[in-house]
Amino acid sequence: MSEQPSIFDILGPIMIGPSSSHTAGASRIGYIARQLLNDKPARAVITLYNSFAKTHKGHGTDRAVVGGILGFGPDDPRIRQSFELARDEGLQWEFKFVGDSARFHSNTARVRLTGVGGGSVEVAGASLGGGRIKIQEIEGFRVDFTATTHTLVVIADDIPGSIRNISGAIADRGSNIANMYVSRSEKLANMVIEVDQSIDKETLKKIESFPWVKFVRRVEPMIDGSSRYEK
Amino acid sequence: MEFDYLSDIVAYCKREDKDMAQAMVDYEMRNKGLTREQVYDGLKRILLVMEESVDQGMTQQVITPSGMLNNWAKTIAASTVETLGSALKMATARAIAVGEVNACMGKIAAAPTAGSAGILPAVLVTMMEEHGTTRERLLDALLVTSAVGLVFAKNSSFAGSEAGCMGETGSAAAMGAAAITYLLGGTAEQILEAVGFALKASMGLVCDPVGGLVEEPCTTRNAVGVANAFVSAQMALAGIKSLIPADEVIAATKEVGDLMSPRLKESGQGGLANTKTGREIQKRVFESVRAKNR
Repeated sequence: MSEQPSIFDILGPIMIGPSSSHTAGASRIGYIARQLLNDKPARAVITLYNSFAKTHKGHGTDRAVVGGILGFGPDDPRIRQSFELARDEGLQWEFKFVGDSARFHSNTARVRLTGVGGGSVEVAGASLGGGRIKIQEIEGFRVDFTATTHTLVVIADDIPGSIRNISGAIADRGSNIANMYVSRSEKLANMVIEVDQSIDKETLKKIESFPWVKFVRRVEPMIDGSSRYEK
Repeated sequence: MEFDYLSDIVAYCKREDKDMAQAMVDYEMRNKGLTREQVYDGLKRILLVMEESVDQGMTQQVITPSGMLNNWAKTIAASTVETLGSALKMATARAIAVGEVNACMGKIAAAPTAGSAGILPAVLVTMMEEHGTTRERLLDALLVTSAVGLVFAKNSSFAGSEAGCMGETGSAAAMGAAAITYLLGGTAEQILEAVGFALKASMGLVCDPVGGLVEEPCTTRNAVGVANAFVSAQMALAGIKSLIPADEVIAATKEVGDLMSPRLKESGQGGLANTKTGREIQKRVFESVRAKNR
């Protein structure tokens, strides 16, 4: 049976206006980038494509993405003042615009974040409407996930047993893997693993301790007023 | 548990001897693993945001950055002219209030979309004011609207880029008509008739926002959507039948949406957006925004 829509896909999301795709979805892409950075962001380079590039001003898309980078959910009124608040926090940001790119979905944002600790991450995501998003690229790897469940992103040397070891580390802590996607480039493998419940720190540490693992981050499901998750 | 058509939901209600609201509680509990309390808690949050967004637009300064909307809700509420009594005047003002709050980056509940977010709050608050409907009943009415929205989403589209404004204010008006019919004691069949009337009145409505912004004509179309909801419910409750059944009307909205030119579906390039004045406004708005950001 295919996944049935929730009544809260119809009623909701609770969001800061004016547009579920150009405001709420845009803030979520920024928010995911922040989670993948896993540090306080010091610098952000944000590229808006296609419809996002053309209409961002009227829809507050730019403020929404920066708000997401600051950790604001789509229903957080601070999105309105996100530029001022980012300045206060010492975040430097820069926007680039690509008006017509057939390569990307019409509402796409690419976010490159550098943390105060020096680490960085680059994420591209598309806003699909109704506040729903799809993350399409992380660190140059093609990915495809919606961040509606607990998600683990791992980049590791593409060696035999890497998938088995990582899925084993998750299963050892009693979590069920709902979906797993693997993509490869050169000698690296990217794994996006969707898990039924939150991935705990122990599991993360275990995976980080594998010498062939380069990058591991967890993304928690998006929070908003219309979801079942209380703020 | 699947509801593909409104007739499936009516059949479920008959079989289980439940009303449409309770059918939707069963649906959500079974498919999403929620408790009844969690479902109602979610609905309470939605209703609260809806009421707050009406209040904000009716009391606070709301001037959009483009200057296109300027405290219209308060202007309407304060008007001494009432075409059909204060109920219609205030319902109109409430829908516009939410549209203004949304355009000013205020907090709203997209139901079903941000561009059509004024219709259900205006309908529900007006039911509370005019009929003394309790909030508990409004939560059940929201469940009934979700039944309509669910089937509409499956068989047509909420996206202005796919179904035009028919998919946004049209579907919201149908959801509102269902809520009113339910709250005033209509049967499941009558709820479907109301949905049919409201959607037929919205058939072929294009999405042609000036400058691509969710302001003109979205905001006033929300107000007209509220009137559509009340008129459609009035006909259904009186026992008039939509000659074309609601599920078939929904199928027709899909066909019409597919036939509509892409220019008339949220491109900002056709219809009102492409009028002489519409283009002038777009030029002025984006030039002033550019100047401000320099």
